[in-house]
Amino acid sequence: MIDVGRIEHEALAELDAASSLGELEAAEQEVLGKRSGLALAHRSLGSLDPEQRRVSGRELHEARLRLEQAFAEARRRLAAAERAQLLAEDTLDLSEGLVADPGLRRGHLHVVTQTRRALEDTFVGMGFSVAEGSEAETDWYNFEALNIPPAHPARGMFDTFYLELGEPETIMLRTHTSPVQIHLLEDAVAAGTLPVHAVIPGRCYRRDTPDARHLAVFHQIEGLVVDRGITFADLAGTIETFTGAYFGADIHSRFRPAYFPFTEPSAEFEITCTLCRGEGCRTCSGTGWIELGGCGMVDPAVLDAVGVDRSTWSGFAFGFGIDRCAQMRHGIADMRALVENDLRFLRQF
Amino acid sequence: MRAPLSWLKDFAPFDAPPAVLAETLDDLGLVVEGVEHIGEGLEGVVVARVDGIAAIAGADRIRKVTVDAGMGPQEIVCGATNFAVGDLVPLAPVGTTLPGGLTIGRRTMRGVTSDGMLCSGRELGLTDDHAGLLVIGPGEGIVPGVQLTEALGIVPDIVFDVTVEGNRPDAWCIAGVARDLAARLRLPYTGLPPAPPVPPVPSVPTAPPVPPLPTMSPVAPAPVGSLASLVVDDRDLCPRMTVRVLVDVDTGPSPTWLARRLVMAGMRPINRIVDASNYVMLELGQPTHPYDLDRLAGTGLVVRRARPAETVQTLDGVVRTLGTPGRSLGDRGEDCLICDAAGTPVGIGGIMGGTSSEITDATTRVLLEAAYFTPMAIARTSKRLGLRTEASIRFERGCDPWGIDRAAERFCELAGGTAAPGVLDVRGKVPDPIRLRLPLARVSSVLGIELAGDEVASLIGPIGFACNLEPREDDGGDTLVVTVPTNRPDVRPSPHGIEDVIEEVARTYGYSKLPRRQPSWPAPGRLTDRQRERRLVADVLCGMGIDEAWTPAFVSSADLSHAGLSGPAVRVANPLVSDEPFLRRTLLAGLCRAVAYNVDRRQEHVRLFELGTVFGTPREHPPQASELPIERELVSVALAGTGDDARSAVDVWCGLAGALGLDRRSMTLEADRTIPGLHPTRSARVVTSSGEVVGAVGEVDPEVARAFVPGLANGRRIGWLEADLGLLLDSSVVSRRPDLVLPVSRYPSADVDLALVVDEETPAGRVAEAIEDSGGELLESVHLFDVYRGGSVGQGRKSLAFRLRFCALDRTLTDEEVAACRSRVLEGVAASVNAVLR
Repeated sequence: MIDVGRIEHEALAELDAASSLGELEAAEQEVLGKRSGLALAHRSLGSLDPEQRRVSGRELHEARLRLEQAFAEARRRLAAAERAQLLAEDTLDLSEGLVADPGLRRGHLHVVTQTRRALEDTFVGMGFSVAEGSEAETDWYNFEALNIPPAHPARGMFDTFYLELGEPETIMLRTHTSPVQIHLLEDAVAAGTLPVHAVIPGRCYRRDTPDARHLAVFHQIEGLVVDRGITFADLAGTIETFTGAYFGADIHSRFRPAYFPFTEPSAEFEITCTLCRGEGCRTCSGTGWIELGGCGMVDPAVLDAVGVDRSTWSGFAFGFGIDRCAQMRHGIADMRALVENDLRFLRQF
Repeated sequence: MRAPLSWLKDFAPFDAPPAVLAETLDDLGLVVEGVEHIGEGLEGVVVARVDGIAAIAGADRIRKVTVDAGMGPQEIVCGATNFAVGDLVPLAPVGTTLPGGLTIGRRTMRGVTSDGMLCSGRELGLTDDHAGLLVIGPGEGIVPGVQLTEALGIVPDIVFDVTVEGNRPDAWCIAGVARDLAARLRLPYTGLPPAPPVPPVPSVPTAPPVPPLPTMSPVAPAPVGSLASLVVDDRDLCPRMTVRVLVDVDTGPSPTWLARRLVMAGMRPINRIVDASNYVMLELGQPTHPYDLDRLAGTGLVVRRARPAETVQTLDGVVRTLGTPGRSLGDRGEDCLICDAAGTPVGIGGIMGGTSSEITDATTRVLLEAAYFTPMAIARTSKRLGLRTEASIRFERGCDPWGIDRAAERFCELAGGTAAPGVLDVRGKVPDPIRLRLPLARVSSVLGIELAGDEVASLIGPIGFACNLEPREDDGGDTLVVTVPTNRPDVRPSPHGIEDVIEEVARTYGYSKLPRRQPSWPAPGRLTDRQRERRLVADVLCGMGIDEAWTPAFVSSADLSHAGLSGPAVRVANPLVSDEPFLRRTLLAGLCRAVAYNVDRRQEHVRLFELGTVFGTPREHPPQASELPIERELVSVALAGTGDDARSAVDVWCGLAGALGLDRRSMTLEADRTIPGLHPTRSARVVTSSGEVVGAVGEVDPEVARAFVPGLANGRRIGWLEADLGLLLDSSVVSRRPDLVLPVSRYPSADVDLALVVDEETPAGRVAEAIEDSGGELLESVHLFDVYRGGSVGQGRKSLAFRLRFCALDRTLTDEEVAACRSRVLEGVAASVNAVLR
């Protein structure tokens, strides 16, 4: 008679003693392997009489099945425990990475670059191309072709840095991006490629002592449209579309009369105060509006200067400060922060 | 310009609330920067007499002041010390709200209860003075308890601070602001009565004739022509001048109402004569100049060009040199000089009078000059002398040549004394009223609205533009004939003046009422390749952990010489900072300074780039068409982070070149000891296969780095990369990888490692090229993975270990094939760079 109960009991004791997958595997070999008590008992079945063989055989078979199942379960349990142990040892506090010195991070585009791109993209979306020009200019492009002849009082509006090149006061750093208008129109007339629909972003220079709201070197963007049948209404519509597209749908524009030598009629445009959204605050002096830029219909003297046929073509132009847009949007109290290059400033954008 | 409402009301009945008036002015382009309420908030403030001053125990900044404001003694705690017992001072009793919004409460300080506050001029909004109390001078009726406004004669008023654009000299006076405002509000514009007709005295340069005027009364003074003469030699500079003479004048103070208006408008009363001249200028926009007739050596005026180096002492005491051309474009040194009849200079026409004939207390006879000067000439002289005056600003914008008479008459009304009959009036070519034909179709094609002729006339008629409708013409449109008033020098003759008149139509119609329309056109908006790739350059550099900077365009000579560029630079004629007169030739100085700024603030990982313009002097050979400087757009990178050096700069260069699709084989790094500002043995020029230098890479010379960044830690280096963006992005200079993709093999690749010993002077890049040249099309990639010197390699030699990967598109390479490739490469490098297998 084979004591299957004892064999199974001893086998389970082996299983229980195993505390790792390795030990479990060894125990399994011991208990269920070729040399195990179970295997020996199985081999001894042949010496039993048929009835006992049948009974013991079935008992042995059932015991083997139970043991195999027990080992499978123990394997799962130990594997899970071992994984849990490994994972526990592997624990990482990810917030350390948040607060540690980050070392090399991404760089940051200057806030003026970001603003310029956003403005360019807005205008490109409205069908404008983007034109550029040189930063030093001749008197013709910076002033005279723009209807500002020498000694014109309007020159007082532009404190100019003159360069010691050529005759005195003939070469200067451009005081606005408007010289590019003249280049664009001259080129388009020469090449017969009118109309022109362009925005012109770029760096400008005025001999103003820098303060919280002004820099001697600054960035402007201006727009120029010369096409058939262009009216003041097109200008006002363009400014309104731009305002909504760039500043937000709840920001609107309004015009009031102004003077620029190169446009007639001329206007200054204001937009809904972006801080109080028109409610009235300190920034907008309680009016709900803030001044953004200047605009107008291209002056007939300018069109004549570049040889645009006024019986076919008319146009408008507008312009405003890129730095000023950045200042407004980000609440930069002092414009001079833009040129300090303090990383603590630059890395906020 | 400060415009008191009470003064504006002389011209039209403006009864609308001030806020509405301000808004209307804004909409007219006469932008109101501020509205000041004179006398508001002073209702409760009374005059108090100081009866006693006592110290407060334990306090050294405040004292106990006993005052009487008509209701017996009151104790006030006060911090000011500029008064004494017996003085009259303003008292704001408890409960008063001052102009600044401060409400006075009963406060106890150091055990003393204060029954109100004694006020400074600033606290009352009357003056800027906050150094002490406003001590009130004694005067009739000024007794304790009376209202401060009554004691000071303050009549509540409103002052609009109006900004007048440069093209609107007509609006730069009370009458002008009132004219625009009345027209918009459709109020009757009364104006001043036109000056009574004064028969002009024809004046000839040689002998001023006796005017044919009968004496008006037995005591009437002699006619002007017998008292003074007027000769105008240079009528191009002064197209019209008139002279009047007043006798028996009183140079005492002006009447209170007039002085008060001057103060409200921002001018200081001086004496009756000067005040009258200033008043007329503020009211009508016409500057005039009064001379003491008896201090003129020759009784009369001669107007002529200043001779070279002629001098005159102006009213501000400065001796001015005239008649000498300045630096300004087109300035030929033409100055309008006013001399007395004896030829002595007595003033600069239209800018400032001279000290020698200034009005004094002793003045009894006044010669009044009222003139029209050529605007451009005034602008040139004023700019060259750096002398901007109330008169010059108005004359250079353009006064009304036909408004002179009314202004002179107004002066005579206000100045007192007796006006000599007649006027001396010399005219050259005085601008006449402009007449324009304004097709109504043009109004609609500019403004996008349809306006009938009578609508246009009703808009601009009230501001002086006389309109007559011309019958319909053959071309189908109505036309208005517009006569432009002479006070509008901004309106040009035809054809450009048509737009000027249309602006007036728009302005009087109201910009806010004009229609809006979003235009459209078939051409798509887009960035150019250069603009897209410039963005890419910045984005790639950002991705490599480099922050964008914006550094100054103006540099000092030290900046340039530190950067190794002491050669010619473009100089600014009028720099803002005198020792930074040059335009930058490199971004090195700016970026190194930016590095220093951050190092000094203990910032880590300082890596900066900039995209910016540098300026070179104009090319001499071949000569340029103009004298413009040569501009180049550079991208420069300064790497001053931990471990940064020339190697990191090369990494950045590779990243950048890769992103731009630059073909590595089309560019080489050529070691160069002579790159300005860079480390002589750790820098190279970036050179294209055709020999064009597009940039430089390496390290900032340690001495240069120390000069710019004294705070740089020992052993730290600054990696440097600079490229000319124009060349870098020009596909005719730098060849790009083709757009077409290269197929990728599906078969396994085989690696071959080769340690090649070459001369120290042979650059690794050159060896890699030699490997590529001999590797054939099966060579997929070559990478350097180790450099070894010493040991068996030998003096003056180095061992470069390369990993070569071979692969075929259509099969797995056999060992024999790989071995053949290997020997071919070994033969190749032996031949071209004298390399041997280690």
